[in-house]
Amino acid sequence: MLKMPPVDGRVLARRAEIARALAAIVPDGVIADKDALRVYESDGLTAYRQPPMLAVLPRTTQEVSQILAWCHREGVKVVPRGSGTSLSGGALPLEDAVLLGMARFNRVLEIDYADRVAVVQPGVTNLAVTQAVEAEDFYYAPDPSSQIACSIGGNVAENSGGVHCLKYGLTTNNVLGVEMVLMDGQVVRLGGRTLDAQGLDLLGVVVGSEGLLGVVTEVTVRILRKPETARAVLIGFPSVEEAGRTVAEVIAAGIIPAGMEMMDKPAIHAAEAFVGAGYPLDVEALLIVELDGPGAECDHLIGEVEAIGRRNGSTTCRVSGSEAERLAFWAGRKAAFPAVGRISPDYYCMDGTIPRRRLPEVLQRMEALSATHGLKVANVFHAGDGNLHPLILYDANKDGELQRAEAFGADILRLCVEVGGVLTGEHGVGVEKRDLMPAMFSETDLKHQQRVKCAFDPELLLNPGKVFPVLHRCAELGRMHVHGGKTAFPELPRF
Amino acid sequence: MKPTSTEELAEAIAEAAASGRRLEIAGGGTKARIGAPREVEWVHMTAFAGVIDYDPAELVLTAGAGTPLAEIEALVASKNQMLAFEPHGAAGSTIGGAVAAGVSGSRRVSRGAARDHLLGFKAVSGRGEAFVGGAKVVKNVTGYDLPKLAAGSWGRLFAMTEVTLKVLPRPPEQVTLAAQTRDAAGAVALMAKALGSQAEVAAAGSVDGVTALRLEGFGPSVAARRALLEAMAPMRPLSQDEAEAFWSGLKQPLPDAPVLWRLSLPASRAAEVVVKRLGPSRMDWGGARLWLACEDAQKVRAAAEAAGGHAMLVRAPEAMRRTVAALHPQPEPVMALERRIRLAFDPAGVFETGRFPDAD
Repeated sequence: MLKMPPVDGRVLARRAEIARALAAIVPDGVIADKDALRVYESDGLTAYRQPPMLAVLPRTTQEVSQILAWCHREGVKVVPRGSGTSLSGGALPLEDAVLLGMARFNRVLEIDYADRVAVVQPGVTNLAVTQAVEAEDFYYAPDPSSQIACSIGGNVAENSGGVHCLKYGLTTNNVLGVEMVLMDGQVVRLGGRTLDAQGLDLLGVVVGSEGLLGVVTEVTVRILRKPETARAVLIGFPSVEEAGRTVAEVIAAGIIPAGMEMMDKPAIHAAEAFVGAGYPLDVEALLIVELDGPGAECDHLIGEVEAIGRRNGSTTCRVSGSEAERLAFWAGRKAAFPAVGRISPDYYCMDGTIPRRRLPEVLQRMEALSATHGLKVANVFHAGDGNLHPLILYDANKDGELQRAEAFGADILRLCVEVGGVLTGEHGVGVEKRDLMPAMFSETDLKHQQRVKCAFDPELLLNPGKVFPVLHRCAELGRMHVHGGKTAFPELPRF
Repeated sequence: MKPTSTEELAEAIAEAAASGRRLEIAGGGTKARIGAPREVEWVHMTAFAGVIDYDPAELVLTAGAGTPLAEIEALVASKNQMLAFEPHGAAGSTIGGAVAAGVSGSRRVSRGAARDHLLGFKAVSGRGEAFVGGAKVVKNVTGYDLPKLAAGSWGRLFAMTEVTLKVLPRPPEQVTLAAQTRDAAGAVALMAKALGSQAEVAAAGSVDGVTALRLEGFGPSVAARRALLEAMAPMRPLSQDEAEAFWSGLKQPLPDAPVLWRLSLPASRAAEVVVKRLGPSRMDWGGARLWLACEDAQKVRAAAEAAGGHAMLVRAPEAMRRTVAALHPQPEPVMALERRIRLAFDPAGVFETGRFPDAD
């Protein structure tokens, strides 16, 4: 069972006082009613639920700064939350922590087409950034499937991806700067509108830090001109191996598609039953390959991709003839999770990345694991970059199935690491994969990461219990083994 | 010293930490004259050489940090691939050095910098401990993104022994179109228009009234996008030699200037720095990178700040480097934060050689 940091009884006893102090900062923004707090009890990882002690919804950077400074002074833990769509429990509340909701930071502040940047508040949804600039034919490239709901602030915290990140990068490659409040209330600006960092690339380590280093209050993102055309090809194969070989050959031919997705048979059938995208049902694996750019480029590359598919034994191939058809191809893929939700009472989504060449072996072993754990699995897969999303089907109302699903998931992720991959490609560690971190990192590796946390939040008050399996006190981590009893550099200031 | 194994390196660093010595990590040592003059003991990383794993279809390459950059460039080119951020350097430059110095070329504006292509590394920190950051796959969000801290760290946090980089297919066709532009503002405006168009410009630079736009990709695509650019302004294609000379001139600009700065600016503000006429300049990245030759440090830094950017001193005589910090001073809280990060990796200050003092 998941162990969270011990609850601080002294803080709980001060609940009413803390609510008053927060209300003095944000008069209309404190939620203390227990029923109202249930709204926040979980995020996209619904297996874990815990209402927060209190919630506060600030509107300004100054309010965030005052809230954090007060909590810092009083030793109160804080859990930041964007839209609460995390699939790894990154925004899971703690019983003795204040939940800091950023939903009121919902304005697009500035759009600069000459420099191709947009400055937005963190509560703006991912899709709203694109909507704010699409009249001028621009867009924001990272497009996680939850883009209608997920916030940019959450995207920064999780370094979110999406189906287009093989060509256009993750959030980290598309964010130029942030304004951020540290746990002690200090406001810092990292990056900005320039391309190079001024000193160390602190912005780079803040993106993807899962809300453990600071609370982002403003984000500057790169916007791109929309490609002239985008077309998708749907290619069916009699086996996953042939689909996998096609992916490798497309890349070997020098083609980086805008998106390249694979689905296995269970996922194809679930998606087709749900949205009727026109997917072939008599294939074992389906590729969706999207090409974008000038019309001439799309035409040329579609021909190449079709030919590579044929050489590798494709049995069906359809090219989108209209924008509506292209979107229909994607509708099935983007709805794959809810589609699987229709055929199974519950599902558990995994997110490992593997070297693509190991795909056939990984799928075979996953099938064996499926038999061992007695649970079915459907696979959708960002094929271009090796990011797997196995969906484990289970029924939480059946005794022990959730535990079996979690054990199966952990086995899959360990398998990903074993073949040279990673625990999470885009969903984050959160609480979900926290205890699996030692499968990928040694104690020494993790301590080097945790000391970064200590540099930002030495009292470990911000989003504790996430990412790191063991919370070492910063003083303990700071110790240096000194050889020969000598203290090095006695003249150096220590911070 | 020239350690030949991670163990030897770790021992040397731990020993230096204990005895109060300072070490400077060197790849090819080609950038030693960036930063303040200092008396240090060098750790040459050239024994950590050789490509460890390269599977072109995975788009990933792992090599020893001391591997010559030229060797890696030749290898990926033989598989029709490239390091898309265009690392470059003098003869003897290593891949680890290029990454640690955050070297990116003209294509940075479209394809990202060293930071965007470093997927993982192995290193020894100032604690004398070997550890890893990141991983060896193209998509990963497990734990903190330490590779971002590594790129551009100038060896101030840890000594990298191995790097894993993302590689990309080399575009089969390349063409550079050039337009005459009247002044800096005209150059910036044309580059902004081109970079914001559907022409997917790979690189955009301006030198002495010649503004060049580079297109890369498959033949039919380059032809279609070329037509888009030619509709914007009168342009002529550069010959292969001319194009090569233009873009390599932006890698090692203004070779005769004794003092050279590299400014990082919002592209639209570049012209306002150029019109101050502080010295000869070269624009890259649509104006977001400005090379400027000027001996007056205060004026350069003030101009960069006024335009919302910052300036790094990349070439200067020793006397000037003694008094002018290479890195642009940062505002407090950020400087304090950076200092705490450095201490986290290097508590004894083994890598604090005085090369990059915190403030002027």
